[in-house]
Amino acid sequence: MRGWPFIKLLPQKTNFHFVKYARFAAVLSVVLCVASIVACFVPGLNMGIDFRGGASMEVSKPAGQAIELDRVREAVNSLNLGDVQVQGIARRDTNVDDGSTAILRFQVPEGRDQTQVVNQVETAISQTVGEVQYSGVSVVGSKVSGELFTSGLLALGVAIGLMFLYIWFRFEPQFGFGAVIGLLHDVVLTFGLIVLFRLEFSLNMVAAILTVIGYSMNDTVVVFDRLRENLRKYKTMPLREVIDLSLNETLSRTIITGVTAVMVLAALAIFGGEALFGFSIALMFGIIIGTYSSIYVGAPIILLWGVKRGALADDAKPIKLGMASRP
Amino acid sequence: MIQLSRWKVILVVASAILGCLLAFPNLLSSAQREALPGWLPKNALNLGLDLQGGSYLLLEVDVPAMREKRVTNLIEDVRVTLNGEGIATNGFQREAGGVIVTLANPGQQTAAFEALRQLAGAAGPSGQVERTATRVGGDRIRFAYTDTALAGMGATAVDQSIEVVRRRIDSLGTREPSITRQGADRIVVQAPGESDPRKLEEVIGQTAQLTFQMVDTENSVTDAMAGRVPPDAELLMDEQGTPYLVKKRVLVSGENLTRASVDADQSGRPAIGFRFDGAGARRFGEATSANIGKPFAIILDGKVISAPRINSAITNGSGIIEGQFSIQEAATMVNLLNGGALPAPLNVEERRTVTAELGADAVTAGALSTAVGFAIIVVFMILAYGFLFGGVSVIGLVLNGVLIVAAMSLTQATLTLPGIAGLILTFAVAVDANVLIYERMRDEARSGRSVIASMDAGFSKAWGTILDANVTTLVAAAIMFVFGAGPVRGFAWTLSIGVFTSVFSSVLVAQVLLAYWLKTAKPKKLPIAE
Repeated sequence: MRGWPFIKLLPQKTNFHFVKYARFAAVLSVVLCVASIVACFVPGLNMGIDFRGGASMEVSKPAGQAIELDRVREAVNSLNLGDVQVQGIARRDTNVDDGSTAILRFQVPEGRDQTQVVNQVETAISQTVGEVQYSGVSVVGSKVSGELFTSGLLALGVAIGLMFLYIWFRFEPQFGFGAVIGLLHDVVLTFGLIVLFRLEFSLNMVAAILTVIGYSMNDTVVVFDRLRENLRKYKTMPLREVIDLSLNETLSRTIITGVTAVMVLAALAIFGGEALFGFSIALMFGIIIGTYSSIYVGAPIILLWGVKRGALADDAKPIKLGMASRP
Repeated sequence: MIQLSRWKVILVVASAILGCLLAFPNLLSSAQREALPGWLPKNALNLGLDLQGGSYLLLEVDVPAMREKRVTNLIEDVRVTLNGEGIATNGFQREAGGVIVTLANPGQQTAAFEALRQLAGAAGPSGQVERTATRVGGDRIRFAYTDTALAGMGATAVDQSIEVVRRRIDSLGTREPSITRQGADRIVVQAPGESDPRKLEEVIGQTAQLTFQMVDTENSVTDAMAGRVPPDAELLMDEQGTPYLVKKRVLVSGENLTRASVDADQSGRPAIGFRFDGAGARRFGEATSANIGKPFAIILDGKVISAPRINSAITNGSGIIEGQFSIQEAATMVNLLNGGALPAPLNVEERRTVTAELGADAVTAGALSTAVGFAIIVVFMILAYGFLFGGVSVIGLVLNGVLIVAAMSLTQATLTLPGIAGLILTFAVAVDANVLIYERMRDEARSGRSVIASMDAGFSKAWGTILDANVTTLVAAAIMFVFGAGPVRGFAWTLSIGVFTSVFSSVLVAQVLLAYWLKTAKPKKLPIAE
C-alpha cells in the first residue's frame, strides 16, 4: 500500500495542543449558545404545521408552466385564514425548481371545519390560477400539534437524561457531566442553525436532533474511552497532556468517520429532494457541531472538574457505582 | 480474537445466505412474488404512506358529545314516562350524566319514583342496568346513568366506531386499510394508494345517525324561530334550509335498521328503502298507528331528509324514504346506513395525504441518494485503507445492506422517507466500527507489535468503544420510537435494525475475512500502517 494517497494525506501521529485553545473555544461556544437560545425566541423557530397546527399542501402546474405565487397568495388571503405562506419549491419528479410547484401553509381558524377550509382553499386557487394538481396535503389539528410538540421536547429531554445515566454508569460522574454539557451544547447550536437557515421545525427535525444526540454521544464515547485508557496507562502524566494525547490519538478516526458522514448527508441533501433537505442539512451541521464538542466541550470540562486519578488507576472495571457520590 | 474460528465462519455464511433469501423478494414484481413456492419468503419491504402514496387520518371519538346526547334522550324518556303516568313536573335540571326532576305535586313523589324505577329497570344495550332513580328531598327525583355506565360509554363508543369505520372503508373497496386504536379515544386510519382521500374522509366523517321523530304540530315554527322553542322539541333544517319543529323524542333510530337499499318512489325518482328489526318494527308500528294523519320527520345527522304524513299504520317495519337526491347520493347514503351509525361524532384531528406519484418520486430520490451515499463511502474507505482493508469493510457494508433489507422485509417494518435517511446514515456509522478497529491496529503496529498481535489488539480493544457507541445510538432510536409518531418511528426502527446488523457485519465479517487473509498471505507487516 506504499504511496496510497489518502493514507499519506492523513497525519500519522499528530500533536496538536487542543487544550491550549480550549479557553477561546469555550468563549466561542458560550457566545454561540447564547445567540442560539436568543434566536429561538427572536426571531423564533419556523414551526412547521406538525407543531403549530394548520394545513400544508403542494400545488403544482405541469412542468415548465409557471405558477404565480402572488396570485395564489391573494386567492388564499381572500379567505381570511390569517397567516398564509406560499413558497416556490423544486418539482418532485425532476428535483428542479422551474417555478411550477409551490408549497402552501395556512392556519385553520378556530371553530372552522378543516376539511371545508381545505376545500375552499383548493377552489379559490383553481379559480385564480387555473388547473393545478394537489399532491401532498397535511392538516394537523391544534390539539394534536400541541401534543406532538410536548412529546417532541420530552423526547429530547429524556434522550439527554438517558445518555447522562449511561455515561455515568460506564465512566464516572465527571465524564457524564462533560458528555451532557457537550450534548446540550450540540442541541442548542443545532436549534440555532435551524433558526439561522429558516429550516422548518417539524417532527422530522426532532428525529434529526435525536440522531445528532446519538452521533455526538458516539463521538464523545470514543474520545472518553481513549482518555480513560490513557489515564490508566500514564499515571503520572498531567491531566491536560493526557487529554491532548487522547484527542490526538483519536483524531484520524474522528476525521474519517466525520467526513464520511458529512459527505453522505450532503449527497442526501442534494439528491433527496425537498422533503429531506432540511432534515439532512440539520443532521450534517449537527454532526460537525458534535465532532467539535467532543474535542472542545466534553474533554475540557473534565479538565475543569478534575479526575480522581488514583481511583481510576486502581479500578480495572469501568463500572463502579461507589464513585458516583463523589463530585 | 483474530483466528479463523469455525462458528464465526458458519455464522457469517449462514446469515449471508439467510439475508439474501429474505431480501430476494424485493427484486421481484408483486406478481412474481405471488408465484413463488410456498416455502420461500414472499414479503418485500413494507413502504410507508409517504413512499407509496396514501392517506393517514387521525380521528378522535367525541365521547363528551355522545354523553350529552345520551343524557338528552334520557331526559326525554323521563318526560314521556311521567307524562304517561299523569304526573305533572315543575322543571328539569340537567346535570352531568342525568337529570333532577322537580315534581309539581310532592304527593306524587312515590308514584313518580316507582315509574322511573321501572324505566331504569329495563336493561340497556350492554345487558346491565345502566340508569338509576333516587329521591332527592321531598319533591325531587334524580334520574341518571350509573358511573360504570358513563365510564363504559367511552370505551364501547371507540370500539364500535372502529367497526363502523372499517365497514365503511371496506364498502369503498380500499386496498388493505389499517385501522387501529390509539390511546383512549383515537383511531388511526391508514389507507395506502387511496386515490381520493377526501372521499374517504367524507365517508368516515359522517355520523350517519338516522332517526325518526314526530313533527311538533301543536307549536308554530315561526314562534320557535323567534326563540321560543318548546322544551321537548328542537328546530331542524332540511337541505334547502326549510325549518322544521321536531319532537326531541326518538321513535326509532338507525340502530334498529337491518337493511337499507336504493329504491324508487312511485314516480321513479331515487329513494331509499329500509327495513327495521323486530323491536324497531314494533315501535314504528305503534308510533304510526297512534299518529295517523300527522307528519313525522326522517332525520340524518341532524338534517331533515323528508317529513311525510302518516297515511296508515306501518306494521311490517319497512318502507321508503323519499327525498331530493340523485342516484349517487342515494347510494352513498345507503352505504352509510348499512355500515351502521357512529355512536359518537368523529373529529379529524390530523390528516396527511400523499399522492402515489409523489410517493414514487420520493422512492426515486431516496434510492438515488442511497446509491450516491454508498458510492461515496466505498470510494472513501478504499482511499483511506486500500483495497484489502477498505475492501473488507465494503464487503461488510454490502452484507449490512442486505441484512437490513432482509430484517425489514421479515418484520414488515414500515420503511419511510426519513427511514431511508436513517439507512444512509447507518452505512456511514457502520464503517465507523471498521475505522475504530483499523485505527487501533495502526496504533498497535506503530508501537512495534507484530502483525498478528496488532490485529488482535485492534479488534479486542476497539470492541468496548464500538459497543458504547452503538448503545448510545440505540438509546436515541428507542426514544424516537416511544415518543415519535409515524415517519419518525420508521426512522427509529431502521436505525435500530441498522445498529445490530452493522455491528455484526463490520466486526464479525472483518474478523473472518482478515483472519483468512492472515492465514493464507502470512504478511510480514500491516498494509494499513506505513
